[in-house]
Amino acid sequence: MSGTFVGMPAFPKAAHEAVANTTLRANLKHATHTIRDKRAKAVAELDDWALLREAGKQIKDHTLRHLDTYLVQLEESVTAAGGTVHWAADADEANRIVTRLVQETGESEVVKVKSMATQEIGLNEALEEAGIAAYETDLAELIVQLGHDRPSHILVPAIHRNRGEIRDIFQKKMGSWGRPAPEGLTDTPAELAEAARLHLREKFLRAKVGISGANFMVAETGTLVVVESEGNGRMCLTLPQTLISVVGIEKIVPTWRDLEVFLQTLPRSSTAERMNPYTSTWTGTTDTDGPQTFHLVLLDNGRTDTLADDIGRQALRCIRCSACLNVCPVYERAGGHAYGSVYPGPIGAILSPQLRGTASDIDASLPYASSLCGACYEVCPVAIDIPEVLVHLRERVAQGGPATRQGNKVVLKPAKGHAAERAAMRAARWAFTHPAALTTGQRLASRTRRLHPRTLPGPGRAWSATRDLPAVPAEPFRDWWQRTHGGKETDK
Amino acid sequence: MSSRDLILGRVRRALGTPATPDTYDHAVDRGYLREHGHRTAAQTVDLLAENLADYRAIVHRCTGGELAGTLALLLDQRGTRSVVTPPGLPESWLSETDAVRVPDEVTNTPAGLDGVDSVVTACAVAIAETGTIVLDGSPDQGRRRITLIPDHHICVVRVPDQVVSSVPQALERLDPTRPLTWISGPSATSDIELDRVEGVHGPRTLEVVLVGGA
Amino acid sequence: MRVALFLTCVNDTLYPDTGRAVVKLLTRLGVDVDFPLGQTCCGQAHYNTGYRHEAEPLARKFSDVFGDYDAIVTPSGSCGAMVRELYPRMGERARAEGRGDGLATALAPVVPKTYELTEFLVDVLKVTDVGAYYPHTVTYHPTCHGLRSLGLGDRPTQLLRAVRGLELVELPGAQECCGFGGTFAVKNSDVSAAMGADKVRNAESTGADVLCAADNSCLMHLGGTMSRLHTAMRPVHIAEILASTEEEPLS
Repeated sequence: MSGTFVGMPAFPKAAHEAVANTTLRANLKHATHTIRDKRAKAVAELDDWALLREAGKQIKDHTLRHLDTYLVQLEESVTAAGGTVHWAADADEANRIVTRLVQETGESEVVKVKSMATQEIGLNEALEEAGIAAYETDLAELIVQLGHDRPSHILVPAIHRNRGEIRDIFQKKMGSWGRPAPEGLTDTPAELAEAARLHLREKFLRAKVGISGANFMVAETGTLVVVESEGNGRMCLTLPQTLISVVGIEKIVPTWRDLEVFLQTLPRSSTAERMNPYTSTWTGTTDTDGPQTFHLVLLDNGRTDTLADDIGRQALRCIRCSACLNVCPVYERAGGHAYGSVYPGPIGAILSPQLRGTASDIDASLPYASSLCGACYEVCPVAIDIPEVLVHLRERVAQGGPATRQGNKVVLKPAKGHAAERAAMRAARWAFTHPAALTTGQRLASRTRRLHPRTLPGPGRAWSATRDLPAVPAEPFRDWWQRTHGGKETDK
Repeated sequence: MSSRDLILGRVRRALGTPATPDTYDHAVDRGYLREHGHRTAAQTVDLLAENLADYRAIVHRCTGGELAGTLALLLDQRGTRSVVTPPGLPESWLSETDAVRVPDEVTNTPAGLDGVDSVVTACAVAIAETGTIVLDGSPDQGRRRITLIPDHHICVVRVPDQVVSSVPQALERLDPTRPLTWISGPSATSDIELDRVEGVHGPRTLEVVLVGGA
Repeated sequence: MRVALFLTCVNDTLYPDTGRAVVKLLTRLGVDVDFPLGQTCCGQAHYNTGYRHEAEPLARKFSDVFGDYDAIVTPSGSCGAMVRELYPRMGERARAEGRGDGLATALAPVVPKTYELTEFLVDVLKVTDVGAYYPHTVTYHPTCHGLRSLGLGDRPTQLLRAVRGLELVELPGAQECCGFGGTFAVKNSDVSAAMGADKVRNAESTGADVLCAADNSCLMHLGGTMSRLHTAMRPVHIAEILASTEEEPLS
């Protein structure tokens, strides 16, 4: 089974290794730059993009403000349409529910559509412990699962692998999971896709239980929507007898009509297509077509805690398109694994520390994994101001303050390891509110400037390992100004 | 306490009391476009053809009178020996083909369908701006599995009646209580280096026949 | 019009030449510019590192020092964005925390009066040809906060194109962040350095001899990287190019 994220080091340490890995850097640069330009073109085709983006934001914000109402409405609609709704407060509960539902079918294997929610809760590992084999059927998920690897991208979990690496994984591993890779498999993407088709087909055709997530759930109708490309989603959603969908509670939209916004913005933002190859919608069960038993597991797992934060809440608008990852210069260099979560990139940096809290090293470091360049906000189809939330979470880490954990209001203490920084910030604030002290410091720096090195020892090495320090000038500007314009201005 | 009550309670505590009334109708500015650009019905059909082809669907055009011949030719060219047919497919459509018809029945197994060469269906609506055809399980389209397992799908679109310009217009025409499948080109993946490759699990060949006029 | 130069603490301490260039340029354009000595730091580093409460007194001080001027001009996109975009946000936060309207009211006057230098030239003075002369090949890096927070658009390049003798060449991947990012540069130094090195390589590929930007913090990072990589290019702030004339060239 794929690796987990427990005990991840803080972001800078994980990124250190990624930055030095030239194959990874090349793979990520190639993939993200390819999709970046295509996305820009696909978006430019719609001259009402800004209005669609704003409408998407408003629909999601409204839904979140009335989430209790819409959840109850959704439950009623799904039940009326023949589905069964379950509620899971956390990952363990969701895993227990799904495991029990699979066991009740008497089956010992399931086919899965790529789903962020089930990755988030570690469902495959939980099923494995219960003796149930979960087969990932999305091509990239298959690559990750066969390679005992971890996902590194929301849309393309194997983005860190190039075609040659994928070929090697298929050749080595497919045989132990089912049909082996064809003899003489090359690394052309078409042949690799064909190998996946052949390998998974026998699993699809015999599958009795399918497990999915959903991109959207429509409260008024009880309709679920899965947006995909390969047809593995259609296989899992229509061939098995039983379908179990695990979906985060924030995936609701109020009405059928609301899909008109997201079915335009999601494909263009994620795969840069006018429309993805396949979108499936289903409402409960349909006589003689598709699964006759449908279970919906509504997942909290930190979402209500995120909802309780009026700035952080906007992260729940996310429709998992990955545009922010593809455009992020930090993601491009650090890679997805450094984020220590199934949600990498800018959205992961604001989602993981809210869903999981900021107690671990990795979660406390994620809000700092950004230069705040704002490229993510610019491309986000639901206008999540990621830099705003990052800074807000930095404050939570550095200064502590109110937060909600497992539904309880708590007051967080400042994170350990920020004491020196806190003292420095306080000292700087003191100096900056006392200009005379600042001036003294500046003059001292200028007077001793010939003694200043261009590199620094100790913690300063983080700067000077790769960058020279600027030379300190002979006098600060304010001294020149006083010399040349002295007496002219009003000194406050 | 049930998890349902626990979660709903957490949601309500998280939200507090709303400061201002906030109705759904007023929450969203629907100023975005109902369709992009101005086109005649014929131009909309042309755009559909163009966008279908752009994502590697094979597009054919014919009149109602030519349809049976066109379908027979396409099945023949493909070398199709067996073809799945939804129960409500007009009899005349396949009147000129020799391929063995496999009716869409509840007893068909996935493995059985895997041995069928092709499937011919109608559609519920087609979207020009995105090059999408939508199936809604009506009698002339059949169960979802029949357009999924055979490797070759021929979909007949009645033009211009079944063609809309945009996604918003398509949603207006569709019934959410029916199981819908939106199809934009043959199955594809972007999972290898984020580059699109056609042909994974769904039908690898999608042919769309645009039928207009007698 | 009473115009104040908000130089920023980084420029005051490390880049006085940029300050002198702004004074020279604005004076040449007939603007009587003042440098209020009470100015220190806008609080951006504090705010963006998660110390909003430490930034608040600095913002109040900023408003106190600059509040009476008609226009506040700064040669820094990121410090300009701090005032324009984040001061209102700080006021809102204080209000949301039940601390009243005090901070919002105190900061409100300076927000609309604060201009990044190229905005002030193009939008307020309505000039694009500032009479500069700079006989070099230059490539321009639009820094993130100027580009995305302030929306400077093509103002800087309009100004550069009008400089006599200057050949402007396009920077590949111009809109990508240079990797400075304030404390990001030390907290995530590996990624920051990789971004900086890529930016420098892109700049070198243009064949330009000068990399120009409207933010010295980014140029400090890029200049330090160039120096370490032994690049022949120089980082130069746009104010220094615009201040340069045939009579008084940039040294």
